[in-house]
Amino acid sequence: MKKLLTGNEAIARGVYEAGVKYASAYPGTPSTEILENIATYKQDILAEWAPNEKVALEAVIGASIAGARAIASMKHVGVNVAADPLFTYAYTGVNAGMVLITADEPGQHSSQNEQDNRNYAKFAKVAMLEPTDSQECKDMVKTAFEVSEEFDTPVIIRMTTRVCHAKAIVECGERQEVGFKPYVKDVKKYLTVPAHARGLRVKVEERLHKLRQYSNTTPLNFIEWNDTKVGVIASGACYSYAKEVFGNTVSYLKLGFTHPLPDEKIKEFAGKVEKLYVIEENDPYIEEQVRILGFDCLGKNLFPYNGEMTSDIIRKAVFGQENPAIAYAENKVVPRPPALCAGCPHRGFFYQLGKRKNVLVSGDIGCYTLGFAEPYNAMDYNICMGASISCGHGAQQVFSMQKDSPMRVVAVLGDSTFFHTGVNSLLDVTYNRSNTITVILDNRITGMTGHQENPGSGYTLQGMETIPVDIEKLVRACGIENVKTVNPNDLAAMNEALDWALSLDAPSVIITRWPCVLKKLSQQDKEEFRGVFKTHCSVDTEVCVGCKLCLKTGCPAVHFDKTTKKSNISGDCVGCEVCLQVCPKQAIKKEEA
Amino acid sequence: MVKSILLVGVGGQGTILASKLLTTGLMEAGYDVKMSEIHGMSQRGGSVSSQVRYGEKVESPVIEVGGADILVSFEKMEALRWLKYLKPNGKVIVNNYQINSMPILSGKFDYPEGIIEELSSKVQTTVADAAKHAAELGNPKVMNVILLGATIKSMGLESLHWDKIVRDNVKEQFAELNLKALQVGMGLV
Repeated sequence: MKKLLTGNEAIARGVYEAGVKYASAYPGTPSTEILENIATYKQDILAEWAPNEKVALEAVIGASIAGARAIASMKHVGVNVAADPLFTYAYTGVNAGMVLITADEPGQHSSQNEQDNRNYAKFAKVAMLEPTDSQECKDMVKTAFEVSEEFDTPVIIRMTTRVCHAKAIVECGERQEVGFKPYVKDVKKYLTVPAHARGLRVKVEERLHKLRQYSNTTPLNFIEWNDTKVGVIASGACYSYAKEVFGNTVSYLKLGFTHPLPDEKIKEFAGKVEKLYVIEENDPYIEEQVRILGFDCLGKNLFPYNGEMTSDIIRKAVFGQENPAIAYAENKVVPRPPALCAGCPHRGFFYQLGKRKNVLVSGDIGCYTLGFAEPYNAMDYNICMGASISCGHGAQQVFSMQKDSPMRVVAVLGDSTFFHTGVNSLLDVTYNRSNTITVILDNRITGMTGHQENPGSGYTLQGMETIPVDIEKLVRACGIENVKTVNPNDLAAMNEALDWALSLDAPSVIITRWPCVLKKLSQQDKEEFRGVFKTHCSVDTEVCVGCKLCLKTGCPAVHFDKTTKKSNISGDCVGCEVCLQVCPKQAIKKEEA
Repeated sequence: MVKSILLVGVGGQGTILASKLLTTGLMEAGYDVKMSEIHGMSQRGGSVSSQVRYGEKVESPVIEVGGADILVSFEKMEALRWLKYLKPNGKVIVNNYQINSMPILSGKFDYPEGIIEELSSKVQTTVADAAKHAAELGNPKVMNVILLGATIKSMGLESLHWDKIVRDNVKEQFAELNLKALQVGMGLV
């Protein structure tokens, strides 16, 4: 049956058809929908959100050792978190097949960096496949599991944003049950004490040699001969961009199996074409191999190192051409940056924090990163998941070394990020005794990636009720004695909590507990946050003096009417009452919606 | 011959459902179809786009600058933001609907004046009052399907089996409403 699927949906379909039994992931754009779609095959696959990518991969490794085909998926930076188990499972090899999906982000649409995870396959010495479109996504999952089991290796499938999120037509098949492989205890293979690991190290090289032979013969790497004046080597999305530009006027070496690269096939192709282009996003991963094999080519000396290698970029680099486009008053267009939603529980917190002086705000990864922007200006940096607390700790230690420094550090992260890698960072704060203030913005869900359940939400990915981790108890168990839980929409309480934390010369944690406005509320939420998002605020224009203080809340439901010189509240308001508390004239009233 | 349709708007306006119906219709009519969207942070009230390409064989899912045959904008200012992606002889369908972005709400910028005039002076422009028509149909949310109807007519795709496609892809209780919205949209071009 034919279906129109995104690359992520097609991967999930391939996982189903390949007889996979276990899947784990941590959400991250552009990979999130892979596990969400795998989870829909509830009868056949157990799909779980893990607290972080390292845990996800480790759980998948355990499943593979125990005998079930298993898959982990994550965004490119997630693989950094999961690299430790990857590099050692690369030595032991698998029992049932194991595949790791990395979703890279050329162009950094939703990411803090543009790392090229093809380097991980080379670094960890494992096999790698790169699909170009949704059909290949589905088909390559099956091939990846076959390669994993035949060559006794974890396999990486490397996708990019445009492969993950582009839809194309896919011919779907049936599920192929592969059963469980028997579990046999084998310490020489799986227990990596140095005496065993040195032997495994040798096997890894032998395996790479066999994989290289496979790479040279697999139909995943194929040549399309057209005119031999020009040849193009490309993989992944770049192959479709190159075809868009050159059509059938040039010859192609299309690479679908990209670690190890097919040296013999590259020689065959490069030796026959007069001019060779290597078109790839990010690093010169293929180009370097082509050059090592002794061929000159046009690669990063012609195409940009950064961003996407879309057809317009290729056309400009190769032919110096740009499409004719309409000239118009583009400067009239006002930016439309993302903003915290009306009713977002982070608003009250950032409104209060932004007013503080001599505070370094150590940020993290989530919707709340938007706290850096106007009107709050309440974040100094963010590095990676969970780093708010640990970077904050280091910064506070250095400020504290300087006797006359007034600086205090407030580390800010969400509930899901705290579970991800914030807990171990908080242990550093208590263990090494800095007076860092940590604020956990508990909005009862994983927000930015589109509302995934997490260890604190009370539900699993496949909808089973589970034990919700109590953040306050967890924080206390980490050795924090000063803990306060507040409603962030209560500006006075929020302010008081910050005053309290800043007055302490000891570590403290403030937990703001209020649901994300976009969350589908559970029964427990409805009981705990009675009547939430069901009210509305409005401006009494008789009382409003047009002072614009309410605009400093940065709420998209509040705007200033330049003709009447009064504030106005739109229908997007859900009654968080932050603006109401800010108004010095009590001109904002609450009403039942 | 590959055709490219660029649907743009503001997160939450329903561009995704419109492009889903459109691409499903094109696939069922036997075209090769590719569509590209960017998800993630831009959903939080940011500018969004769905890029649809169809023909006998489509390679890249991404529309180039100067590459779209038609630009369908669910919001006025977004039409101007994305106009450079239109072919100089391409068409614009613009929803006569304004959503103020944060810098406008905060009073830092004014919403640009004369957008429709600027568009009309450069390219063949159809102005749709989709919000008004949606209100007449009794549900402001069907603005997206009205604009889809206008797009279908503009691209000469009205003979596809839209009745079935809509019924297959929206909840049963909303099928009639959406089919009416599609008809209203087709009537705007």
